[in-house]
Amino acid sequence: MPQILVEALAKTYRVAERAPGLTGAMRGLVRRRWREVHALADVSFSLEAGELLAFIGPNGAGKSTTVKILSGILRPSSGRVEVDGLVPYEDRVRHVARIGVVFGQRSQLWWDLPVIDGFDLLADIYRVDPERYRRRRDELVAMLRLEPLLDQPVRQLSLGQRMRAEFAAALLHDPAILFLDEPTIGLDAPSKLAVRDFVRRLNREQGVTVLLTTHDMHDVEALAERVIVIGQGRLLTDGPFESLRASVLAERRLHIDFAGTAPELGIPGVTVRARTERSLELAFDPAKIPTPKLIADITARHAVDDIHVDEPAIEEVIARFYDLHDAGEA
Amino acid sequence: MTTQAVRPYLAAFRARFLLVLQYRAAALAGFATQLWWGAIRILVFAAFYGVNAAAAPIGLTDVVTYVWLGQALLALQPWLADPEVGQAVRSGGVGYDRLRPLDAYGYWYVRTVGWMLARALPRAVLMVLAAAIVLPLVGLGDWAWRPPSGVTAALLFIPAFILMTMLAAAVLMLANIIVAASLNERGVNAVLAPLVIVFSGSLLPLDFYPDAWRPFLHVQPLAGLVDIPFRIYFADLTGNAALRGLALQAGWTVVLIALGRFAMERMMRRLEMQGG
Repeated sequence: MPQILVEALAKTYRVAERAPGLTGAMRGLVRRRWREVHALADVSFSLEAGELLAFIGPNGAGKSTTVKILSGILRPSSGRVEVDGLVPYEDRVRHVARIGVVFGQRSQLWWDLPVIDGFDLLADIYRVDPERYRRRRDELVAMLRLEPLLDQPVRQLSLGQRMRAEFAAALLHDPAILFLDEPTIGLDAPSKLAVRDFVRRLNREQGVTVLLTTHDMHDVEALAERVIVIGQGRLLTDGPFESLRASVLAERRLHIDFAGTAPELGIPGVTVRARTERSLELAFDPAKIPTPKLIADITARHAVDDIHVDEPAIEEVIARFYDLHDAGEA
Repeated sequence: MTTQAVRPYLAAFRARFLLVLQYRAAALAGFATQLWWGAIRILVFAAFYGVNAAAAPIGLTDVVTYVWLGQALLALQPWLADPEVGQAVRSGGVGYDRLRPLDAYGYWYVRTVGWMLARALPRAVLMVLAAAIVLPLVGLGDWAWRPPSGVTAALLFIPAFILMTMLAAAVLMLANIIVAASLNERGVNAVLAPLVIVFSGSLLPLDFYPDAWRPFLHVQPLAGLVDIPFRIYFADLTGNAALRGLALQAGWTVVLIALGRFAMERMMRRLEMQGG
């Protein structure tokens, strides 16, 4: 029995529509027209305890809606959801006691209260045993280096500091499952690294199941063994990131600096992506032309200063994938 | 076990109460305004009693106390939806409220009570100082706020005050829920304030209204906010009448809480959190 089970999940919003301008507004007063927006059309997946799953997709794809349904905030229009044997939106109170949630764009701490007071309050709200709370708090404070921030009101924290505090806040009651909705949004590089490192440790060392949504492909690369891509409310792929890459863009890039002027190579199956006076960037499929052979061919015929191989950036892979599935934001 | 059950609600109440209590400037400003309006209202009553005291259903000294009591406890009147709710709905913080393992109605209710009491407490203390202590000292004892009329009245005022607070919070919860459903507090506040000011007896004790209106005025829910508890205070309602008043307060509190819970459940089912 998986820990999280999602079957044929759909969520439809009704949005009031009106014609533009004054006449449109007046007409809207009399008769309102509604348009249905399918945030989620048909999403199914399951997650075992201890897994770390990244949910990616363009803006408006339905990632956040999925997280909100799984965490019990929203109820779906149809479909079935079970988390640890509970239906989140039916058994909300019991369900939310067992999960932790961080929304990157909102705060669950009290703006005017010092961080530590917010933690105390959450311990009361989740009815955490005082002794366990102290231990858990100290552990999280150490892991997230929160000690110097504890006495400051939340409104005075930088975004990076606040996100670290938000993570601690979401975990004080020791949940077995953590939902993260764009946890690294707007963070600077060191803060992103700190968040990723923390999430990884939480997952590996404490066995917390993590489901995160993100637009930051480095989050995906650094964290997730498994990636689900959704677009326009549908699940497009579900599997390890490497197989996604292989299915989309099995391409290598070869960057060569020549000793003299960059030559015309004219090798079949190799395309020139960029050219400067003395360098070339080539693209090729390693299944058709083995990388060592290509390098050997070129170095045999031309004087080469430097050479290195890489893969398309992860953003490029995803953008290409969205294009292939016509999944970009409408 | 029981303490564990109420622990979150007590904590939420305490946090809100202590936070709002820190707004000293707001308390001072509120007190000054209410002192000023109290004086004006008393002058108007004095003019009225000067013309025809016999027509008044309540004596002038009791009316003066009624006015001061009302001014002191104005912040307990449910004429403004809790601003935190409007803010939570607009910012999406209401989503986090749904993530707490708590009864959604109870969680908002205790926070609203904390907000109301924290606003009322400093204003009430200052008003006692000004209207009950300073006025007699400067020789204006006729216009002062008198203590409860007797021990029985004082004892009965304790439950009346508690029920008045609970009833006010139940009314505010309905306003809060409408704010959450409509994403805007202006409409609610515009309708709520005049209703509460008239029907609670805040503007005029309800016995001042025409005879034909009174049977209705005395049984409607808002009477329990001002008219009933204050008349218990100066022993205008005694014995069975006082107990009936308390029962009316309690009954309407229960009804409005039930109504609020029902409305909240429906509102939360429809709740949509967009964007992000």
